[in-house]
Order: sequence, then structure tokens, then C-alpha cells
Amino acid sequence: MKKPELLVTPTSVAHMEQLAQAGADAVIIGEQRYGLRLAGEFSRQDVADAMQVARKYGVRVYVAMNALFHNDKVDELSDYVRFLAEQQVDAIVFGDPAVLMTVREVAPHMKLHWNTETTATNWYACNYWGRKGAKRAVLARELNMEEIIDIKHHAEVEIEVQVHGMTCMFQSKRSLIGNYFEYQGKFMEVQQMKYAKGLFLYDKERDNKYPIFEDENGTHIMSPNDICIIDELGDMIDAEIDSFKIDGVLHEPEYITEVTKLYRRAIDLCAENREQYEEEKGELLARIEAIQPKHRPLDTGFFFKETVY
Amino acid sequence: MSISQIIDGKRVIVKKPELLAPAGNLEKLKVAVHYGADAVFIGGQEYGLRSNADNFTLEEMAEGVQFAKQYGAKIYVTTNIYAHNENIPGLEDYLRGLESVGVHGIIVADPLIIETARRVAPKLEVHLSTQQSLTNWKAVQFWKEEGLERVVLARETSAEEIREIKEKVDIEIETFIHGAMCIAYSGRCVLSNHMTARDSNRGGCCQSCRWDYDLYKLEGDEALALFDETDDPFAMSPKDLNLIQSIPKMIELGIDSLKIEGRMKSIHYVATVVSVYRKVIDAYCADPDNFVIRKEWLDELDKCANRDTAPAFFEGVPGYKEQMFGVHSKKTTYDFVGLVLDYDKQTGIVTLQQRNFFKPGDEVEFFGPEIENFTQVIEKIWDEEGNELDAARHPLQIVRFKVDREVFPYNMMRKGH
Repeated sequence: MKKPELLVTPTSVAHMEQLAQAGADAVIIGEQRYGLRLAGEFSRQDVADAMQVARKYGVRVYVAMNALFHNDKVDELSDYVRFLAEQQVDAIVFGDPAVLMTVREVAPHMKLHWNTETTATNWYACNYWGRKGAKRAVLARELNMEEIIDIKHHAEVEIEVQVHGMTCMFQSKRSLIGNYFEYQGKFMEVQQMKYAKGLFLYDKERDNKYPIFEDENGTHIMSPNDICIIDELGDMIDAEIDSFKIDGVLHEPEYITEVTKLYRRAIDLCAENREQYEEEKGELLARIEAIQPKHRPLDTGFFFKETVY
Repeated sequence: MSISQIIDGKRVIVKKPELLAPAGNLEKLKVAVHYGADAVFIGGQEYGLRSNADNFTLEEMAEGVQFAKQYGAKIYVTTNIYAHNENIPGLEDYLRGLESVGVHGIIVADPLIIETARRVAPKLEVHLSTQQSLTNWKAVQFWKEEGLERVVLARETSAEEIREIKEKVDIEIETFIHGAMCIAYSGRCVLSNHMTARDSNRGGCCQSCRWDYDLYKLEGDEALALFDETDDPFAMSPKDLNLIQSIPKMIELGIDSLKIEGRMKSIHYVATVVSVYRKVIDAYCADPDNFVIRKEWLDELDKCANRDTAPAFFEGVPGYKEQMFGVHSKKTTYDFVGLVLDYDKQTGIVTLQQRNFFKPGDEVEFFGPEIENFTQVIEKIWDEEGNELDAARHPLQIVRFKVDREVFPYNMMRKGH
């Protein structure tokens, strides 16, 4: 049975090597100047080093250029795309059509993955971006299992689905953390606090904690729970979904490595020995629960949820 | 095409932007057009982003299109959801329906709807919705090459960025000038999905961004409060957009359409905001070099404001003063109390439909496109049969009373409180 790719997010080049050893098939890296909500910051030198690791382990490298760009960065996109083409990265991840246009101009053979995070919600849109040059669509996380499988059945492009970790709920261009400190009159603390780690918004009514952080792309608010469907992979493997992603943003590298190992085991079992998978999946889930940070409950995201409008 | 020309020794604006207004139902559409909108955007029963609004049936759209035609105004329909697979069946018929009733264009985010419209309803213009959060000229170039007639820019674009986009790409540009707005990049927020299981990108947005939160910092397993007990909670509620002061700059930039937000807003709001911007645009275009913003226009906008307002990204990067902390809305200072149906010049008697309580002795204000605002103290009030009333108590009741100056159908009467 066809196995989906296991795609993970290293926090550094050294960590990428550990992930490769843990069984990752592909990684997504980049820098916040061009990419959104990355687990680690990879300079151009880091990308070059990552390619060495990739060749050693046979791991594919995708580089994130999925920010929303304002005019000021448009002209430099071509330089970065050229650099990535020289490095022979395996694909560029984009959301903004400006990146697609740039790739057509300067590196027409570069593979593209379409990922706007929230707007890949139907099979037609996935195929549309396929006709424009994308080889893969990364589905919105707000879809249920049935919708995902239906998209895959109609898709003319590869389909990537996030199976584990935090997801982004909100991105604003505004400096919302900095603005709050300024409103409180804490002008001296703004610069230090707005980039602080571990900030979260508490929602009393739902008793939820939403991680929040600021970077070059604005303010990001993240989901209160980590998706974990290590014990529910069967239907998507049967449907031949092309890539399963573990997003490790805001997690420790050791945690990401351990989760990668467990999903490696789950995918291999599920594809090769379904009976054994059924037997073992509860334990795999328990092993994730055991290392899960206290403030990050697990759930199954939108896979089994009904959304109305 | 140049924006202005010298005519009889005076510079005038020859490229006047379209004033685009929202309408949540047929009555609001008629008011928007009558008060000076060049185009109105409305929502249908499906595929729009306000599932809670009244929204138009096809028959109502047909009537709206016919009404707008008499004024030379256009109707656009918002079909800007990000569709799920289940929304695909029915889309073709829906778009054919819009085309058949003479709708001028649709406002779209999802490529599914763009391409389906091209195929089955080719007479519809296709405008790219702000839900696509277009923030740079190269992305605009992409959509031009896809054959779109117009793009609505992200609300995060500045005047300088719009200037550059206009220089580099020949496509119609629409931008927001007034009303409520997302604090997130539009289309990139699913707070509502996560918090209430309502899909924000299909019209279910529950406006979680308007709620209060507490900001903490995690230190090990301990949560450290980043506020004192007396502090207002963390909030990310934006003040409403108000670009009245920037209209001259927007016109000089050659922006093609100036858009007012608010399909959920009242008829009074639509009338007031449209009439003010109509006056601003007309006055500037007639004599740009001697133009000044009149205080009465600013006061007028304030009479229907639901929140404090700010210019947001057009004039710079908005800071904490462009957000609301501790308050969620501001009480409007005026109530809409009556809609003029008729006026008898001989007797000076107005026939008016009641929209809110008023009584003899109340001081009210009339406004409308044909008149300068004026105040009037109401004397005796009669019902349709000529019976004197102690007050106009009933919604939609038809009443008559004396008004000193001439008023016209669709003029409105408001009352301070």
C-alpha cells in the first residue's frame, strides 16, 4: 500500500538530522522574512547545510515562502527563489500569487506547494492552483475527514494534511501584543515583551489557552489544543493522501523528534500491517499523551467535528 | 487617463471614483441608490459572507437591479465564501440566476466561483474580494492575467502601496473607506471555527476578535498574569474605519471604487454615510484645489457611528489608539424615527412612516439628498384618518404633521437622545 510522506518541522539543522534519523521523509524550513510560523529560523547558510543533511539521509526539503507580501518585499522574492533553485530544494511553499509569478520568471522548474493555511477548502480550488503550477495543495485544517477524502478523490495534485500539532487561527498585520502594552502605558517593556516566548490568551468561557506571538509577519494566534490523530490514520492512508504533516511550531525539539518516531511507526504499521496497527495504536497515542506539555491538551482538530455557518 | 483636467482655468477631477454602498435588503438598496451610491453590493441566499443578514431572493435582486438602473447605478452580489465540496452543487444555477436578473458583477474569493462564473455566467463582471487579502502589485498582476475586471485590496494596504499598485498594473482598484473591519488579514482568520464551530469563511463569523481575553506568560508550568486587576483586558477589537479625511488623496491616486462596509447596518446608517461621502466626493471633484472638509460632514457621520473610528492602514501603521480596550461599542447619539413618504407643499404637511417612537414637542432633524439638514419641533400629529395622536407609537404607522420646509420621499427624520 502506498505510504504517505511524513513531513516534519525541524527547529535547526542539527535537529533536522535527528528528525531524519527518527524517520521523517521531508522537512519544511525557512525564515520568517518569507515563511509563516516556522518551528525554527533557517538562514541561507542553514538552508545550504540542511541540503547536505537531506542528501545524506534522502530527505526532501521544502522551503516556506507562504507569507502575505507587501510591495516592499516583492522585488527581493526573485533573489531568494534563485537561491533556493541553486540549492536544489525540493519545493517552495507559497500562498501569495506573487511567489508563483516570481517562480515562473526565475525558476520555472521549481516545484510549488500551495498553502494559504485557511483557504484550501474544496477540490476545485486545489486543482485550480494545480493548473497554475502547483504540484501539491496543503489543505485547510478546518475540514473534516470526509471532506479531505472527497478532495483527494477529485484532486489532480498531491494532497498534504496536517495530522499533528498546533494550527494557526488568526494572523493580523497589527502589533497586537505591543499595542496592549502601550495601552497599559508600559512603553519601556514593549520591545522586550512583544517577542517574549510562552505568551497566551486565556478564554475564561471556554477555559482555553491560545498561544499568541508576534514576528515580522504580524501577530499570530494559535489553536488551544494540539491535533493528534496517530490512532486514526487508516482512512486517509486508504485514500492515498500524499503527505502527513507534523507541525512542531512552539514545541521543543525533543518533543518533535519523539512524535516523529511515533508517527513513523504508526504510518508504517498502518500501511503494512493494519491488524498490528489496530492493536498498537492505542499505545502510540498513550506515548504521545505521556510527553504532551501540560498546557497543550490533545484533540482531533476538525477531523470529526461538524462546522456550521 | 489623467485624473484631472483644467477646464475654464480651473482644475476639476474628471475621473470620479465610484461610491459603492452596502445594502442588506431591498429597502436599504433603494435608499443607498437614492442617497447617491453609484453602485450597491448585496448578498444572495447563498455563497455570501453574512449568513445572518436578510439577504436577497432572486426576485428582490431583479427589483433592485431595475430600481438601480433608473439612477444609472450598478448592483454587485457578494459570493465570496471559501466553498467546501458540499457547496459546489447548485453553484452553476445560482450564478446563472444572478446573470439572468441583470446583476452587474460578483465579488468573489474562491477560484471555484471565479471559473464557474466565467463558464456559466460570462456577462457577470468578476471582482476579487478582500477575502483574498491582496497586499502587493505582483499578486494583483496575477489576478489581472486571470482576466478579472477589478480587485478589492486588503485593508492592510497603505496609500503609498496603492499608488505603486496603480502605477504597475492596469486594473480597477476598489478599497474600503468606511465601516467595521477585520483585525486579521481577511480570509486568514478561523477563530470562529475553533471557538464556536461556526465557519468564518462561509459567513458564520461570530466575531470572537471582539471578545476580551487575559494575557498570560507561561513560566515553566506557572501562568504569569501580564495585567493588573484594574487593567482593561487584552482586546483586539479594531475601531471602525473612517477615511473621510483621505478621500481627496484616494481620488488623486485614481482608486476606481470607494467602498462603504455594512450589509448588516441600518437604513439610517446607509443613508447617512452614503450621503456624506457623496457630498465629499462631489465637492472635491468639482473644485479640488479649494476643497475643505466641512465640520457638518464629520458631525453627520458621528450621528450614526456604532464605534469610534480611525483611518487604520491607509495613512500608516495603526497602533493601540486604533483599537478599543474596555469598551465594545459606543451608543449612537441619534435614533432614526421616520421615513418621509410624501409632502404637500400647499399645506406643509408631511406623510411619514414611523420607525421609532416620537411625540409632539420633540425636536427632530430631517436630512436627505435634496435638502440641507434642518431641525423642526413637532406640533400636532395625526394618523391617516386624521385622528390626533398623543404620540407616534407604532412601528411602520403612517402619520402626518406639519413641517416648515419642503421635504421629499426617502428623506429621513432622526431624533437626538
